[in-house]
Amino acid sequence: MEKILFKYIDVPDQYEIDTYIKNGGYRALPKALKEYSPNDLIEMVKKSGLRGRGGAGFPAGLKWGFVPKDSPNPKFLLCNADEGEPGTFKDRWLIEKDPHQLIEGIIISSYAIGAHRAFIYIRGEFAFGAERLKNAISEAYQKGYLGRNILGSGFDLDLEVYRGGGAYICGEETSLMESIEGNRGNPRLKPPFPASVGLYKNPTVINNVETLSNVPHIVLNGALWYAKIGMPKSTGTKIFSLSGHVNRPGNYELPMGTPLRELIYDHGGGIKDERELKAVIPGGVSTPVLTSQLVNVKMDFESLFEAGSLLGSGAVIVMDETTCMVKVAYRLSRFYEHESCGKCVPCREGTRWIRMIMARIENGKGREEDIDLLLDICTNIAGKTVCPMGDAAVVPIMSTIQKFREEYEYHIKNKKCMVDLGTRFV
Amino acid sequence: MVQVMLSEATQKKIAKLKDRYPEKKTAILPAMHVVFKEVGYYNQNILKQIADLLELSQMEVSETVSFYTYFPREGVGKYHIQVCTNLSCSLLGAEELVKYLEYKLKIKAGQTTTDGLFTISTVECLGSCGTAPVMQINQTYYENLTKAKVDQILEDLKKGK
Ligand SMILES: Cc1cc2nc3c(=O)[nH]c(=O)nc-3n(C[C@H](O)[C@H](O)[C@H](O)COP(=O)(O)O)c2cc1C
Ligand code: FES
Repeated sequence: MEKILFKYIDVPDQYEIDTYIKNGGYRALPKALKEYSPNDLIEMVKKSGLRGRGGAGFPAGLKWGFVPKDSPNPKFLLCNADEGEPGTFKDRWLIEKDPHQLIEGIIISSYAIGAHRAFIYIRGEFAFGAERLKNAISEAYQKGYLGRNILGSGFDLDLEVYRGGGAYICGEETSLMESIEGNRGNPRLKPPFPASVGLYKNPTVINNVETLSNVPHIVLNGALWYAKIGMPKSTGTKIFSLSGHVNRPGNYELPMGTPLRELIYDHGGGIKDERELKAVIPGGVSTPVLTSQLVNVKMDFESLFEAGSLLGSGAVIVMDETTCMVKVAYRLSRFYEHESCGKCVPCREGTRWIRMIMARIENGKGREEDIDLLLDICTNIAGKTVCPMGDAAVVPIMSTIQKFREEYEYHIKNKKCMVDLGTRFV
Repeated sequence: MVQVMLSEATQKKIAKLKDRYPEKKTAILPAMHVVFKEVGYYNQNILKQIADLLELSQMEVSETVSFYTYFPREGVGKYHIQVCTNLSCSLLGAEELVKYLEYKLKIKAGQTTTDGLFTISTVECLGSCGTAPVMQINQTYYENLTKAKVDQILEDLKKGK
């Protein structure tokens, strides 16, 4: 299958505007501005079936359509480049290697929703990516793709990079807006949704880097072309970030619905050191773990949901037979405790308790009743918080207990791991 | 607390941020990035200067900044080694990497060498899981780490390269 987003990923200077243009870039923008009305574009993206790549899979065109057309307030477009979900490193590639593809997507999307100001909120750690984007943006201004009266269309747009400060929660859309407003990154209660009350209380659309990078291709090739790629309800390609115990980790752009087996074995070169596959987290650490029996599952929103997990951000973490699932859950419990913003009591206190109990099991001091205690705490966090972070925090615990309960029992009884990772750092 | 006077250039950059956004507070994080680049850490004295330049109260600035763990506080070493210990890196030996750094620098994670050169921290996923294990030193990523690579990196930094 021909790649869409990664077509020029191996071209060393694709990040420069002239190379991008030489390779067909900035052709969708004039087409969008001259041949289509904003509403046409919203309908086109709806028809393409493009769904959000940031984790939730919400239809992009539908979201754009929620922006009130008669509002006198300024509208904003935010590009979510916080890329915090552990296991995910795709947006970093899109930003560093092909920043103009993203910028072109942002300009078209801003035109579609009527925004004249846009921000790319990029995680603080991505200093290199931020620099790359800043340079690309100034190139785009110089060529007249940004600023006043873009390509003579009468449409104005200002775009800038906004760097975050190392908080996972700021990838959550309402926290991200709080962060840009200069506040602590605590999420807001929804409704009202950002489309009506967002940044500075104005109508706002927020989309992931990968989502927006798809837009120029849809404009150039048409909604139906896009809708035919992948699966009926999960259209297009998806970038899978493959990591863990595989021979060839990396980002792979494949059609939605590609079997997990194909990703791990054909593209990823199989399991490292000829060990056996044990488990896979298919969509970032906030998605339920799959056992190796499910390796034939198709990688799309519907198929993974049916298999009891989620596509999430498409971050596929592969674990071989030497991986202790209690240790995995313990490590992730530390992550969620650290990243809980502290606003909601169940998440703030619950993640701390989970970490403490996981630590005592991991350290050989677990009690028999701890497994049920963990499950009890989990059910008292999930669904009881302002943002989905609480639901995410319990996923690694609940799903590892559900699928690998015997490892917890072994740990508690024998005060050690059932399997040993051995030396990996040489 | 070290009394640091922000340079004139930095002060100018921050002052310019004040009117750039619909709300002044939006300038806090950009100002912190400017300061981070120049000073490498912050303390209340620095926050006070930022607050004055942005015409905000020190409390407002402090309230926001204290949420964001990316900016190190006063006391951090010249080279801040941040090792990712999240899942993908751990699967490929991040814990051993931390131990190796602790052994080489004779400090524990969370500490700074007595010469003020190195601090080791463990951090969450750096978004570079395909090239695990990974660490970030100040603004630079180091990927696919091995013992030999770590030796070389530390050697170069000690020489001021
Ligand atoms: C705790 C948490 C963290 C999130 N982190 C990210 C992130 O780093 N990047 C991202 O694009 N979306 C992230 N999201 C999802 C966003 O809230 C939002 O759904 C997304 O940016 C919408 O864009 P999309 O529809 O294009 O996917 C996160 C959600 C939650 C609850
Ligand atoms: S887990 Fe270490 S960079 Fe993602």
